[in-house]
Amino acid sequence: MTSLSAVAALDPAEVRPDFPILSRQIGGKPLVYLDSAATSQKPQAVLDAMDDYYRLHNANVHRGVHTLAEEATAAFEGARGRIAGFIGASERATVFTKNATEAINLVAYAWGLRNLRSGDEILVTEMEHHANLVPWQLVAKLTGARLKAIPVGDDFRLDLSALDGLLTERTRMVAVSAMSNVLGTVNPVAGIAAKAHAAGALVLADASQAVPHLGTTIGGLGADFMVFTGHKALGPMGVGVLAAREELLDSMEPFLGGGEMIRDVQLDSATWNDIPWRFEAGTPNVAEAVGLAAAVDYLDKAGMDRVRAAEHQLTGYALGRLAEVDGLRIFGPSDTEQRGGMLSFTLEGVHPHDVAQVLDADGIAVRAGHHCAKPLMRRFGVTATTRASLYLYTTTAEIDALVDALGKSRALFT
Amino acid sequence: MGLQDLYQEIILDHYKKPRNAGRLEDASVEVHHYNPVCGDELTLGLRLEGDRVAAIAVDGQGCAISQGSASVMTELVDGLPVAEGLEKAEAFRQFMHGEIEADEDVLGDGVAFAGVAKLPIRVKCALLGWMAFKDAAVRASAGESSGETVYGEGADESATQAMEQARKEAERGSDR
Repeated sequence: MTSLSAVAALDPAEVRPDFPILSRQIGGKPLVYLDSAATSQKPQAVLDAMDDYYRLHNANVHRGVHTLAEEATAAFEGARGRIAGFIGASERATVFTKNATEAINLVAYAWGLRNLRSGDEILVTEMEHHANLVPWQLVAKLTGARLKAIPVGDDFRLDLSALDGLLTERTRMVAVSAMSNVLGTVNPVAGIAAKAHAAGALVLADASQAVPHLGTTIGGLGADFMVFTGHKALGPMGVGVLAAREELLDSMEPFLGGGEMIRDVQLDSATWNDIPWRFEAGTPNVAEAVGLAAAVDYLDKAGMDRVRAAEHQLTGYALGRLAEVDGLRIFGPSDTEQRGGMLSFTLEGVHPHDVAQVLDADGIAVRAGHHCAKPLMRRFGVTATTRASLYLYTTTAEIDALVDALGKSRALFT
Repeated sequence: MGLQDLYQEIILDHYKKPRNAGRLEDASVEVHHYNPVCGDELTLGLRLEGDRVAAIAVDGQGCAISQGSASVMTELVDGLPVAEGLEKAEAFRQFMHGEIEADEDVLGDGVAFAGVAKLPIRVKCALLGWMAFKDAAVRASAGESSGETVYGEGADESATQAMEQARKEAERGSDR
């Protein structure tokens, strides 16, 4: 990765006209969209690609011999190649799912259920999204495996001093987020993976936030499995990706059964298709895959190094401005090193839901709640936080609007 | 809807200075209601004398809507026959669901929550204290001294069902 300071940052003014929704008014005020960690907005290029697919090329993929079927198949497989390239994965080992959650469940069931034995250990972290926690709990219950967690320190980073003690000869899987959706913390997955591999464990990285904001690759993380979801990366909802080491995926039995994933079927048995199709039972979300490929094209054109530099600067600006708000407490690293633009906070005397409600009256969209990370909330003794999150289209003026509105919330409730 | 319509002065006043706040030492029944979705929670203590609410107290934490509404509720039902308190609870539920217009004679400061009725996601906040009262009244009538209710994602539905159930049980109780 190039040093951030050496790269010219993307100017949000360049990209904002590409996002139709950003010109919306909310209650007569311009939309200030600060909820991109929940889902990103979509550029016109993504909407056009999906519209174009349905208007001109729609057919079911893979088996048809007619022209449209060939075009649809080419569009779908072309999207796979394009996305695989973006995340540094092999095309054969890039599987389309409906979202990151399904991708993790795929690994938990297709790999975990068949490989974990009673007494084996799965190591997660205290900052995981429920998507990278609950599937492992389910599989642990079915196999008798044990779940352990790397703790989060008071600095909102993983306490890696605990790692050596947590990794044992029984550890079979380490499932870790590459970037926390609550804290913004970027975890040193490559270092964790090296230790996990030395202990004989596999590594699954949840890169749902890291791929859109950092342009993370599976090789860069040193992971055996990496998942992300399309809709947080300018793409549509309904498409996610599992990338894996090819030989691992080759050795795995299917997750869901049905059409497309078979080679041959008898009434009482079946044999499996090659990867990646072995893991893509049923008609896939073709238009969504095409939309995600267009999103990845858009990000490449914008330049992920420029996106990273812009978000790095803006996160620093936002942390500085938020520090000016009386009674505001940030849940996340206070510096911008190895940290992304997820800004979770509480405001003394004002419940997070009231904060979000007051901000909405100014057209500002933020998230309030537990952010699907209840163990992390419990770790810091809160039931909910408010979270503002940035992306390439976010401006300093929008951060200023947030800070002004937070001042108003405090005045109203205290 | 403007902020002033939602967070009316009267609601904020109840939120900042909740009435009947705290724990009741000589409660006939104490119930704990918790919404894990947003973390709103309260412990409601109720003391009955005969069929009358002799004392009520709420110890809670959460958003302005949930805590303000609970405070308003305590003022409205304190001193009333239980059946009348339950009628008010039902009127407030119908008001929140847009089924009836609010009658200030029945709901007093509760009419200030009109803005909340337009925000489905916040309705369950406003109902939390009222649900707890209904639950406590039913439990006290049945001779129970404590209860725990956790609302799920469909809190509003389950709360509504709980209220229906509570009302039926209360009616049966008053027949005896």
